[in-house]
Amino acid sequence: MPAAAAYVLGLADDALVYAQRLGEWISRGPQIEEDMALANVGLDLLGQARALLTRVGELDGTDRSEDDLAYFRDEREFRNVHLVEQERAGFGFEMARLLWFSSYQCELYAALRASSDAVLAGVAEKALKEVDYHRDHATQWVLRLGDGTPESHERMQQGLVEVLPYLAELFDDDPTSVAAAESGLGVLPSSLHDSAVAHVTRVVAEATLELPTETKWRSRGGRDGVHSRPMGYLLAEMQHLARSHPGAQW
Amino acid sequence: MTAVSTTTVPVAQAMADIPDPEVPVVTIEDLGILREVVVHESGRHVEVTITPTYSGCPAMDVIERHIAHVAAKAGWSCTVKTRLSPAWTTDWMSERGRERLREFGIAPPSGRRPVTANRVSLSLQLRQVACPRCGSADTEEIARFGSTACKALRRCLSCREPFDEFKTL
Repeated sequence: MPAAAAYVLGLADDALVYAQRLGEWISRGPQIEEDMALANVGLDLLGQARALLTRVGELDGTDRSEDDLAYFRDEREFRNVHLVEQERAGFGFEMARLLWFSSYQCELYAALRASSDAVLAGVAEKALKEVDYHRDHATQWVLRLGDGTPESHERMQQGLVEVLPYLAELFDDDPTSVAAAESGLGVLPSSLHDSAVAHVTRVVAEATLELPTETKWRSRGGRDGVHSRPMGYLLAEMQHLARSHPGAQW
Repeated sequence: MTAVSTTTVPVAQAMADIPDPEVPVVTIEDLGILREVVVHESGRHVEVTITPTYSGCPAMDVIERHIAHVAAKAGWSCTVKTRLSPAWTTDWMSERGRERLREFGIAPPSGRRPVTANRVSLSLQLRQVACPRCGSADTEEIARFGSTACKALRRCLSCREPFDEFKTL
C-alpha cells in the first residue's frame, strides 16, 4: 500500500475503532444523556472514518469501498493505535481516553487543513469542529469529576493513570507518517505533541488532579498492525454480520 | 444556494423546497445544506451539490435519495455531489429557517462559536439561550448532545418545558 493511503488508513482506523468502542456505552452510561452524548461522539467519528476510508480506496488504487475496508480486513491490516481498541472500562477511564484522543485529534485536524490532498483537507476542516466539541465535552467531565467528591476525584485520577501507557504511541513518527509528512499530505505526529499536552495539562490542573508521567511500559505496534488482545474481539463483533451475511441490507 | 441556468426552471426551486428529514418544517436550503444547483436544460440534467452538517449525519443519505426522487419525478436526470469544504456552519442558516425552527419548538443557533485548536474554556459552561416557547432567557442545559448530532437538550426554568437547541457550529 502506498504511504499516502497507509497514512490515511491509520487516521481512519483510529476513528472507526474508537467509534465502535464508544457505541458500547449506549445503555451503560452514568445517565441517559451520557449514553446519547457518547453515541453522538462515536457517530461523528464514524462519519470521519467513512470519508477517510473512501479516500483510502482511491489512494491505494484498489477501488475498495468504505465497507470493504471496514468489514473485510483482518486484524493485522488495521493501523489504529492501541489506545482506541482498549476495552470499555470505568467512566473515569473513558473520559481520560476521550480527553487525550480528542486533544490529539484537534491538533491533527487543525494541521491537516493545510494537507496537499484536497479531500483530506476537506475532511479535516469539517472534522475539526466536531472534535473540538468532543474535547469540550471530555473537558467538562474531567473538571466535574476531578473537582467533585473524593470518590469521583479518585476515580478520575485512576483513569488518567490507566490511559498513560497508550499515549506515547499517538505521537510516534513511524516511517509511514514521516513519508506522508514529507509529501505534504500528512503531518508528523510528534509535531502535535506539545499543544495536545498543553491542553490536557491545563484541564488536569484546573480539575485539581495530577498528570501522571511515570509508566513502566508503553504500547507499540498499532500502526504496523500488531494489536493487543481486545482488538480481535472488537473486530469479531464489528465484522461478523457483514461477513456472515454478505450484502445484507435493512 | 446559487442556481445557474439559462432560464428560471422549476426543478431548481423543487430542490430548494426539499424538507429536512429530521426537522421537516425547514428546507435543505433554509439549513444551508443545499450549496449549488446547476441546471443543464438541453440534456434535462441537474447537478446538485450538498454539504453535510456533521460527518456522520444519517440524514444525508435520505436527503440524497429525496433529491434523486424529486428530479426523477419531474423527468430530469440528476447527479448529487457532496462538498466538505468549506465546512458547513450554522451561519448559513437563513433567517426564515431560524424563525421556523423557533416556531417548531427548537431554539435556533445563536452567535458564533469560534473554533481554534488552542481554545480552552475551563469553566463549567453557562450560556444564555432563549426558550422557543415563552421567550425567557432563564434556561439551562440538560445535555450537550441531544436527539440528533446537531441538537442539544435544554430546559426552561420559567415555563418548565424542555426543548431542543440547534447547536451553533
